[in-house]
Amino acid sequence: MKFDTPATTNPIDRLKVVGKPVDRIDGPLKTTGTAPYAYERHDVAPDHAYGYVVGSSIAKGRIVAIDTSKARRAPGVLAVVTAQNAGKLGKGNFNTARLLGGPDIEHYHQAVAVVVAETFEQARSAAQLVHVDYARAKGTFDLASAKGSATKPKDGKPDTAVGDFDKAFAASAVTLDATYTTPDQSHAMMEPHATIAAWEGDRLTLWTANQMVDWSRGDVAKTLGIPKENVRLVSPYIGGGFGGKLFVRADAIMAALGARAAGRPVAVALQRPLMMNNTTHRPATIQRIRIGTSKEGKIDAIAHESWSGDLPGGGPETAVSQTRLLYAGPNRMTAMRLAVLDLPEGNAMRAPGEAPGMMALEIAIDEIAEKVGMDPVEFRVLNDTQVDPENPKRPFSQRRFVECMRTGAKKFGWERRAARPGSVREGRWLKGLGVASAFRNNLVMKSAARVRLERSGRLVVETDMTDIGTGSYTIIGQTAAEMLGLPLDRVDVRLGDSSFPVSAGSGGQWGGNSSTAGVYAACVKLREAIAQKLGVDANTAVFDGGDVVANDRRVPLTKAVAGGDIVAEDGMEYGDLDERYQQSTFGAHFVEVRVDAATGEIRIDRMLAVCAAGRILNPKSARSQVIGAMTMGVGAALMEELVVDKRLGFFVNHDLALYEVPVHADIPHQEVVFLDETDPISSPMKAKGVGELGICGVAAAVANAVYNATGVRVRDYPVTLDKFLDKLPPV
Amino acid sequence: MRPFTYERAESPQAAAAAAAKTPNARFIAGGTNLLDLMKIDIEQPAHLIDVNGLDLARIEGTDDGGVRIGALVRNTDLAADARIRRDYPLLSRALLAGASGQLRNKATTAGNLLQRTRCPYFYDTNQACNKRLPGSGCAALGGFSRSHAVVGGSKACIAVHPSDMAVAMRALDATVETVKPDGSVRRIPIADFHTLPGNTPHIENVLTKGELITAVTLPKPIGGHQLYHKVRDRASYAFALVSVALVVQANGSGRVALGGVAHKPWRVEAADAELPKGAKAVAARLLAGAQTTDDNAFKLTLVERTLAATLAEAKERTA
Repeated sequence: MKFDTPATTNPIDRLKVVGKPVDRIDGPLKTTGTAPYAYERHDVAPDHAYGYVVGSSIAKGRIVAIDTSKARRAPGVLAVVTAQNAGKLGKGNFNTARLLGGPDIEHYHQAVAVVVAETFEQARSAAQLVHVDYARAKGTFDLASAKGSATKPKDGKPDTAVGDFDKAFAASAVTLDATYTTPDQSHAMMEPHATIAAWEGDRLTLWTANQMVDWSRGDVAKTLGIPKENVRLVSPYIGGGFGGKLFVRADAIMAALGARAAGRPVAVALQRPLMMNNTTHRPATIQRIRIGTSKEGKIDAIAHESWSGDLPGGGPETAVSQTRLLYAGPNRMTAMRLAVLDLPEGNAMRAPGEAPGMMALEIAIDEIAEKVGMDPVEFRVLNDTQVDPENPKRPFSQRRFVECMRTGAKKFGWERRAARPGSVREGRWLKGLGVASAFRNNLVMKSAARVRLERSGRLVVETDMTDIGTGSYTIIGQTAAEMLGLPLDRVDVRLGDSSFPVSAGSGGQWGGNSSTAGVYAACVKLREAIAQKLGVDANTAVFDGGDVVANDRRVPLTKAVAGGDIVAEDGMEYGDLDERYQQSTFGAHFVEVRVDAATGEIRIDRMLAVCAAGRILNPKSARSQVIGAMTMGVGAALMEELVVDKRLGFFVNHDLALYEVPVHADIPHQEVVFLDETDPISSPMKAKGVGELGICGVAAAVANAVYNATGVRVRDYPVTLDKFLDKLPPV
Repeated sequence: MRPFTYERAESPQAAAAAAAKTPNARFIAGGTNLLDLMKIDIEQPAHLIDVNGLDLARIEGTDDGGVRIGALVRNTDLAADARIRRDYPLLSRALLAGASGQLRNKATTAGNLLQRTRCPYFYDTNQACNKRLPGSGCAALGGFSRSHAVVGGSKACIAVHPSDMAVAMRALDATVETVKPDGSVRRIPIADFHTLPGNTPHIENVLTKGELITAVTLPKPIGGHQLYHKVRDRASYAFALVSVALVVQANGSGRVALGGVAHKPWRVEAADAELPKGAKAVAARLLAGAQTTDDNAFKLTLVERTLAATLAEAKERTA
């Protein structure tokens, strides 16, 4: 099915199941510990051995010699695989560095060996006996000092310009020119990257934790040099991804190589200390923002430049993207530059581009609003645009940004904010309120599904879509139930298997809308097949309460399948609506903080997000997505930083004791409001993404609240007390 | 983790004797630190002596009006004990500021004193660390050192001791009781128990081979306002950037100890005398001769400000 004209009324609009805050259908499995995650598939590979990955101890250079003889002789060891005996390996389309290093080493903790043994403990113990001699090479590890060598990235749109920024900025009544930094960040999801690999002849099955089944099936094949058809990838339950599991990583390839060498299925989970340096991370940025306004606060000139680094062949963090679209202004420019760094490879983490971009831009807006002498909510409202500011002929499909701001300000009690920073004190605490916009583009991706109405009357949905904790199972079940007029408990949803039709996968907040649209397409086809079987017109028949209602007659669905199951398969593809219209999601974040006047410790009191993101398919799972994203935004604001050792070239704090993320005590009260809207430009579901919208802007709202509380502006994330302690008033 | 042998000790002295005669033996109680370190190959014991079955989990009064805390008393039980909360609230508060509920349920009094540093270079076996591998160097010097020592460090090591409990015990003049392999017992003032790194940062306390901690005793209660102020980047489950253990009497005299600044719980008795003069004077005495890095210099300011706030709080309570 092709979606190339705006949606009109369709069966989803009945909203009998869709739009209801139903519990997640996979909830009981997860809360009882019975959802089978990748590393726990003892049912499918009961005789599997264990692999333990050895990571490089240098950041750049080469292996001079690797001695695995002691490890091979250790108790229980079945095989040791290194680049010397792995055979020829390719590199996946989505990988920057190779997943098995040697002789050349591209980054710290790049895998150099996997030791396979009967038990996990034996594998780990033997891994410590692998002896590697390295020759260290000089590397570049510090973005700030490499900034001067950064070049224009070859892909994407590194430079944009409309009007004459320089001239307009020079002529502006009020100007801001400030530089912000965001650090490298880790996805730090609960479940590590994990895979069980099993070979049957030349066919490979991987039970793994992966957000993008089809991409990764292709990359496994490419890396191992086998046909894609010979790879089956199964990923039905994923313990968090945040972009860290979009790609094939060393767990999958080392498990496959280990299994081939040992002649047995092999399970590999990346140990926690490897996760920060072996896999991907959100790259650090340096961002310069200049804004010029009239004295009334109207933006006349806006520029956003961003520098980031990556391994050779990698890409930039697209931190300027939202600045092309969020605020009005006739004269504008953006630029991205990319430096070569020999740190582990950077890649997507929840809202790549916008998340770090909004961290900077939304402090800048707070700063310029203050310079103008305007309330920051009013400043944002004044500079709203209903069209793409680079191309005013191109409207937004929906843009209720102002309503988000106004609704949030009212609900949060924004009028109580003291405009003068550092002026509210309650006991030992300095109190402050902060606001920021939320903005994230809405992407649509081709997605397919297979639906089968069984003789029993149950409806089975199969698609390789993944559920990374987001609620995909539930919204897909709701969609199918709505389309066939069934209660949700008559639908079985099966996900994450490459033998199912190829879906959009989970990434870029496109998964919810795109995968359900694919299920919609398959269900339209199934409805046609059922109608034909029953001899009614599919276009006028109403599927309701387990029946098909047509010509004033009500026929049970089961009648259509009396002679056998009916199967339909289809997918949704998209025309050019996303080119004719700018599709984005919007919101407003409000935060109240208190800052210990003596120690500078920052604690969050309240948070509110108001979101306008199309139809909300399930308010309960959508809310969970947004509060999770807000929590992650607090981490970005206050504590998350992969600290680079600039001499040795690695992320030093590579475990959860030293890479701190918010704990329960850090997040006292969160509220989420969804504006009631539909976006017929996005898909027949009229939905958009929310999972990434929720993090965009949060950190800046926190930083702005800290400024409001203390009067000290911190432009380098995370906002930790050591960065402003000496500027606080005496105790 | 390397293969190891295991035994259950029958008595404290038998445990000590076994530890003395078996090469590379370690005691195991809660295991919250030891097992983690074994998994990543930092601790490599050949033999574990499980002391959990010993009768060392009691909290009881001493003849001089103090309290004896058995080595195996769990942190949770110690923090919740009615006598401790009434007579030594500083200790209870410090305990509750540390770790998480689950860890406190397992962690023991003696184990807490013996926990090892959280320096990231200590934790990464690829990196130079004189504490882990004597003579290999110190990667923290010149590296990421935000959490590291500002006083008492050396050119060999700037790690900090991570305990909160021990900081309170230092302020309360605790004594560590031990038994040696020959059955003799020893009482070590806590001031002397932990050592500074010097050229031997792998040595962290004065225990001799096989010597087993059996109890920690506290002298009779000293009263006053007892406050433990821990400063950290998040609200819970984080190590101290700095912490202040403070006891202030009605007449303004008192005691102070610091956490997060040195290789051991940090107290300078001469600083106590400065308490009536205020935080600046006390901090100056406590941090005399401080050696900082770019990353951790903020701790000097933070100590003084935290001390000032804690003194102010004590004063409020007195008023």
